[in-house]
Amino acid sequence: MAEMEVAIVGVEKRLWSGQANFVSARTVEGDIGLLPGHQPMIAALNEAGVVRIDPTDGEAFHAAVFGGFLSVTAESVTILAELAELASEIDVAAARDELQRAEGGGDDVDDTAIAAARARARLRAAGENPGH
Amino acid sequence: MAASLRVLRRRIRSTKNIAQITKAMEMVAASRIAKAQARVQAARPYSDEFTHVLTTAAKAGASDHPLLVAREEPSRAGVLVVTSDRGLCGGYNANVLRETERVLRELSDAGKQTSLFVIGGKGVAYFRFRNRELSGQWTGFSEVPDYPNATRAADTLTATFLAGGEETVQRPSDDDEQQEGGSSRSTSFVPPEDAEGLDGVDELHVVFTAFNSVASQTVTSRQIAPLELDDEGSSEEESSSSSEEREAEYEFEPEPEVLFDRLMPKYLRARVFAALLDAAASESAARQRAMKAATDNANDLVDNLTREANQARQAQITQEISEIVGGANALAE
Repeated sequence: MAEMEVAIVGVEKRLWSGQANFVSARTVEGDIGLLPGHQPMIAALNEAGVVRIDPTDGEAFHAAVFGGFLSVTAESVTILAELAELASEIDVAAARDELQRAEGGGDDVDDTAIAAARARARLRAAGENPGH
Repeated sequence: MAASLRVLRRRIRSTKNIAQITKAMEMVAASRIAKAQARVQAARPYSDEFTHVLTTAAKAGASDHPLLVAREEPSRAGVLVVTSDRGLCGGYNANVLRETERVLRELSDAGKQTSLFVIGGKGVAYFRFRNRELSGQWTGFSEVPDYPNATRAADTLTATFLAGGEETVQRPSDDDEQQEGGSSRSTSFVPPEDAEGLDGVDELHVVFTAFNSVASQTVTSRQIAPLELDDEGSSEEESSSSSEEREAEYEFEPEPEVLFDRLMPKYLRARVFAALLDAAASESAARQRAMKAATDNANDLVDNLTREANQARQAQITQEISEIVGGANALAE
């Protein structure tokens, strides 16, 4: 099966890189699935979203990606994010607390909305059901 | 004689204390270098990839977005200077400030006005002492900068850049979504509060100390916006990537204008953050070198003073002996 070079690059460090068969992500315009040989593309991702990667060797995994965009060429996919967390790194309990606090409301509506979206993305990436 | 011996001993003691302090600072700086260096390297892929993506998009002629295309007749340029908060780091700040003055002179020779943005207490003090107006200043994180620090500074820069050279930064009010004036563009980007009323700029430069290795750091000034499509980069491009990739049609989602509006604040944050990390590593390296020199000098001083003190001590003994002998001889007669 054809392969492509995939990398998730966060501001502070490169989170993951390797060969993969399939990448799926949600851009601002909708879900997108990427296979090797895709047309070159630059796309902005949702402010808080989940990316799924199927590596050539090993199990598919998810990552929560915040403020990111992706750059695609025929043989590579690079996801650049201001903040990104692999599913295995996510603290589910902390994310749940965060979500509850954010939904409990606060003074600043914008901030809590963003916090809630982030918490939901974390939970979805970790394979939990955030509700709603 | 006895007095000078006491003075010498006191000086030896205080010099030893200084050596101890500078030695400790040297060690701290040395351990910081390693950490800062690791951060620089870990963060490099993001900044590199980002610049690569934008350069590719710009070459493909994707858009005439202000980030990608230089403005005609730029009237004002913004300069971001990265200095340290604390001193005792040798020529680190002096070098950055000298380069800054050179850049400022160059810009004003080219007929552009300048706005100064300064990171680090030393730079702020330098310009304030000279009564120069600062458009923005941020302090307190020069040794261990994090991304939110960079975001704060970069967002102000983004606001001034989007406003453009002839305008000032205005925060969009809720009822006034439609912005007038040809040069201002409506974007999703909201300028930070403290940027309001600042003069807009057509170009952004950054002056910082690039960290090459522990032994070598160089003061660097770079234009970060609009994107500089230097020849160096393009020749590298040609050799490294296949021509097929360069010719490929890029697809943008959402459409280029909106996409680049979204990417621009992120891009400037990434560039500022990279500069901050480099500067932090360089600062620690400069401090380590300065403190090593200080420790060495203090130890040399202690050696010399000890020698002098020994001489004084021996002279004192000699004198005492000759006094005793003289006294005994006088009694024997």
